[in-house]
Amino acid sequence: MIKFIDEYRDREIVGEFVERIRNISKKPVNLMEVCGGHTMAIQKFGIPSLLPAHINLLSGPGCPVCVSSRQFIDHAVALSRLNDTVIVTFGDLIRVPGSSSNLDKEKASGADVRIVYSILDALQIAQQNPDKKIIFLGIGFETTAPGTAIGMQQAKQKKLNNFFLLSSHKIMPPAMKALIDEGVNISGYIAPGHVSTITGSKIYEELSEKYKVGCVISGFEPVDLLKAIYMLVRQFEEERPAVEIAYKRAVNREGNIKAQKALEEVFILKEDWWRGLGVLPESGLQLNEKYRALDAGNFQVEIEPTREDKGCICGEILKGLNTPKDCKLFGTACTPQDPVGACMVSHEGACAAWYRYNR
Amino acid sequence: MCLSIPAKVEQIEGYFARVTVGGATYQANLQMLDDVKVGDYVLLHTGFAIQKLNEEEAKESLEVFEDFKKLNEQLDEEEKDKGERIV
Ligand code: SF4
Repeated sequence: MIKFIDEYRDREIVGEFVERIRNISKKPVNLMEVCGGHTMAIQKFGIPSLLPAHINLLSGPGCPVCVSSRQFIDHAVALSRLNDTVIVTFGDLIRVPGSSSNLDKEKASGADVRIVYSILDALQIAQQNPDKKIIFLGIGFETTAPGTAIGMQQAKQKKLNNFFLLSSHKIMPPAMKALIDEGVNISGYIAPGHVSTITGSKIYEELSEKYKVGCVISGFEPVDLLKAIYMLVRQFEEERPAVEIAYKRAVNREGNIKAQKALEEVFILKEDWWRGLGVLPESGLQLNEKYRALDAGNFQVEIEPTREDKGCICGEILKGLNTPKDCKLFGTACTPQDPVGACMVSHEGACAAWYRYNR
Repeated sequence: MCLSIPAKVEQIEGYFARVTVGGATYQANLQMLDDVKVGDYVLLHTGFAIQKLNEEEAKESLEVFEDFKKLNEQLDEEEKDKGERIV
């Protein structure tokens, strides 16, 4: 028995929630998750099959690799071709297609590309290779960005002048707003559990109030998800959208203040491009003035013109307007072994999750 | 990559803890948290402990699930009596 996991997979409790949801749910409703971990868990545990057909679960822009721009990959590819440079990244990124190459291919043709589990491993590589430039590809939302912030603080303290960051870090609320502004029909958000661990539930308050949309923060086990869905359906039926937490063992209103401080000390907000949503103001994180010398964006490289793949509808899927099954390439020309779009590469991508659990 | 897993703190040395998940052992940086103790459960994400799991809350929510089951049974009984759906 693994504590904090097994008890949240209890069949009986799952059954109770399913029954209660069926009892209170009268009207058709669209609920969207905006976290790759939720996308995966929902497919893995077959949550949609437990719900009445009129409760429609949509997948949103919650997979960091999927929403990042192809230009980011092209930029990393260009950097990997510089002499004495080591690209260090999370495993997810290496197979994401760029316009004409990807990091995996660059590695095969001689570039030094290494996969790590943590930015702390990347710092070690920098310490062990003082004659090389180490470039860490920072990707992820509020859950992952504080780790990067602490890594950058350490690089500065240790005066590692060969350690650099190429940041594609993003924050979640602007995307949640943009979806509604675009007219996507969402009555409630299954709000991201581990983003909220850091930010606290307070970041959804303005959104919930302004757009009259429910935001219930969920954990990642079946009981957590069904509880969150139950709370959202109840809010919807009673017409009182609000911010609620269905994952109190890990989330509170204020979040992790120390992690928030680290973010503030290292980053500033900038406009950023999101697949499906385009450019959103103040939605990306960039190193601030104090850390600018460690920004790999300063390197002079030529980035090839971005070329998007024809036929890939990742952007529409990330907005919840289509499902992977609507894509003609799904499971045929595009598979996890040979992905066309980013949504098929990362385990958290909707296409990869559907391919694995719901084909 | 977004995955964060509950891990048990086994040993603390400075800013680092040795934590276990099931049988596997990992290292967790503790710089984002205050007062972590051996025996605590933390969420582990890309090498960092990002939050302590609150046992009180966990216990309470599991108890609520128990209550919930009772409530369901009760409501089902009432519904059966009245022959209509209440909630
Ligand atoms: S199946 Fe492949 S090509 Fe189609 S939307 Fe998904 S990632 Fe893009």
